[in-house]
Amino acid sequence: MAVLLLAEVTNGELGLDATAKAVTAAKQLGDVTVLAAGASAAAAGDAAAKIDGVSKVLVAEDASLGHRLAEATAALIVSLADGYEHIVAPATTDAKNVMPRVAALLDSMIISDASGVVDGSTFERPIYAGNAVQTVKSNDAKKVITIRTSTFDAAGEGGSASVETVSAAADPGLSSWVEDKVAESDRPELTSAGVVVSGGRGVGSEDDFKLIETLADKLGAAVGASRAAVDSGYAPNDWQVGQTGKVVAPDLYVAVGISGAIQHLAGMKDSKIIVAINKDEEAPIFQVADFGLVADLFQAVPELTEKLG
Amino acid sequence: MKVLVPVKRVIDYNVKVRVKADGSGVDLANVKMSMNPFDEIAVEEAIRLKEAGKADEVVAVSIGVKQAQETLRTALAMGADRAILVIAADDVHQDIEPLAVAKILAKVVEEEQPGIVLAGKQSIDNDMNATGQMLSALLGWSQGTFASELDIDGDSAKITREVDGGLQTISVKMPTIVTVDLRLNEPRYASLPNIMKAKKKPLDEKTAADYGVDVTPRLEIVKTEEPAARAAGIIVGSVDELVEKLKEAGAV
Ligand SMILES: Cc1cc2nc3c(=O)[nH]c(=O)nc-3n(C[C@H](O)[C@H](O)[C@H](O)COP(=O)(O)OP(=O)(O)OC[C@H]3O[C@@H](n4cnc5c(N)ncnc54)[C@H](O)[C@@H]3O)c2cc1C
Ligand SMILES: Cc1cc2nc3c(=O)[nH]c(=O)nc-3n(C[C@H](O)[C@H](O)[C@H](O)COP(=O)(O)OP(=O)(O)OC[C@H]3O[C@@H](n4cnc5c(N)ncnc54)[C@H](O)[C@@H]3O)c2cc1C
Repeated sequence: MAVLLLAEVTNGELGLDATAKAVTAAKQLGDVTVLAAGASAAAAGDAAAKIDGVSKVLVAEDASLGHRLAEATAALIVSLADGYEHIVAPATTDAKNVMPRVAALLDSMIISDASGVVDGSTFERPIYAGNAVQTVKSNDAKKVITIRTSTFDAAGEGGSASVETVSAAADPGLSSWVEDKVAESDRPELTSAGVVVSGGRGVGSEDDFKLIETLADKLGAAVGASRAAVDSGYAPNDWQVGQTGKVVAPDLYVAVGISGAIQHLAGMKDSKIIVAINKDEEAPIFQVADFGLVADLFQAVPELTEKLG
Repeated sequence: MKVLVPVKRVIDYNVKVRVKADGSGVDLANVKMSMNPFDEIAVEEAIRLKEAGKADEVVAVSIGVKQAQETLRTALAMGADRAILVIAADDVHQDIEPLAVAKILAKVVEEEQPGIVLAGKQSIDNDMNATGQMLSALLGWSQGTFASELDIDGDSAKITREVDGGLQTISVKMPTIVTVDLRLNEPRYASLPNIMKAKKKPLDEKTAADYGVDVTPRLEIVKTEEPAARAAGIIVGSVDELVEKLKEAGAV
């Protein structure tokens, strides 16, 4: 049984962490071929060939595949689909854009955000913001799956897969890229960081969000935020953790001024250790916290930053 | 231009979900149901397009049980002009998969010929995040998912999308399918007079069979369980104690 895995490629570079985690899930399904697609993707393909458990890499380079536009990328995957029983990708926003389109073109029902592999056709996935876990069995000939990366460990390096080039499918010409607004940061990436410090509405302003960032930098952490903090303009959208933002499972998650709505918990409750700092002792976040501190964040956070030194 | 807005009836986002003891699913009998929050945003955007003179009619469509009528009335009260209910299930516990929903929507699109379909990015019950993309594939249309800004200009539209790395702006050919994200707009509340007026707006009733679509699920539900619970934690008395505990746990 063969698996085609769409690698996470951003501007020619491999998203190693997300791709390697998806490889861990895909290995349980069969022989893994990785597809690296983009305007430039050769370097990403070479990097993917080193992931342990990858047996072959296909590289597709074409202007139409740049910026991961859904229509051209889906057409490419469908053109390669023969001979694969599973088509998988890490559940990033890129893959969530592309894979349901692939599934519909193959007349398969997508399995989104699989958090567990039971067997070749049976998968676990969280529903209702993680308040329930459903086991589903697919009866489709081709199974199209996105993998929730936070529940799989990354496959190691040391592989030496062969690399082949393939050509892009005809460009449907339905969409074009205009611009990206990406904040450059030296901090670790949110979904792969070992430590995440998140701020909520309680932080009160964009300026005061610096308190969160300073604590994060002290811990070498990524910075996250609740939806309320993003909606209020304290933090950019790509910091949102939750049901409709990013799902993280770091070794340590520090929630500051966050009440703990189920939609937020959905994105962080699989973290190993959770710390909550909130002035309201009734806040639901304390129900999932390993260590809770009932305190005013404006005193507690600077003190914590200092004492961690 | 006509705007088609698919709206889904889901468990209200404030309700604490209960998994049924026999593992067959989530208990949906006698719980508060509402319009999927993302779909409220889609309806709002459609109405704003009409108010801005870019659209002349807003049609809401829901696929599911008869009770989805209430969801459609909410859309009408917000300002949609008419509604289509496609009955595809009798039991409130039977949900229709995105692939089947997309197939039915594709037929509705054929009949209604909208210039744009505005759907939610994901529904908060099954969190599939799939229907819009699937519909777009079936129609061979362009797609703009996770939209936080939408600007239609003649035969193309500029869409800003919330993606993992930040924001991406793309230009798509019309007609198009857009799936909306949380920060596109803030949906209005329906006023009482509009709720009254909505009762008189047209609501057509169809069935999945009218469109010749087989809604038999492709995914068989083996079981539904509660997620593993976290072990209870402790409340610490001071920052010093917190630092000590974190050191003990090897977390810092
Ligand atoms: C469809 C949908 C999807 C959603 N998706 C997400 C999602 O992905 N992620 C997400 O986070 N939310 C999401 N939400 C929103 C969610 O329901 C909550 O509204 C949100 O998480 C609240 O954010 P918050 O905890 O920062 O704010 P609040 O609930 O307002 O909590 C602020 C907290 O700060 C505390 N506080 C205030 N001042 C201080 C102080 N000086 N010191 C210490 N503590 C203080 C307060 O006690 C309070 O507990 C979604 C909602 C919907 C409807
Ligand atoms: C209680 C329960 C029982 C279930 N039983 C089964 C079962 O027996 N067999 C089975 O295979 N699956 C079952 N499922 C799973 C279900 O069929 C699909 O997995 C589910 O519909 C996923 O879709 P979604 O709403 O998450 O779609 P998404 O793709 O996340 O929805 C995105 C958007 O599409 C539009 N949309 C989606 N659905 C509709 C709709 N019905 N009408 C109008 N617009 C819509 C809305 O704009 C929505 O915002 C069940 C689910 C539940 C909750």
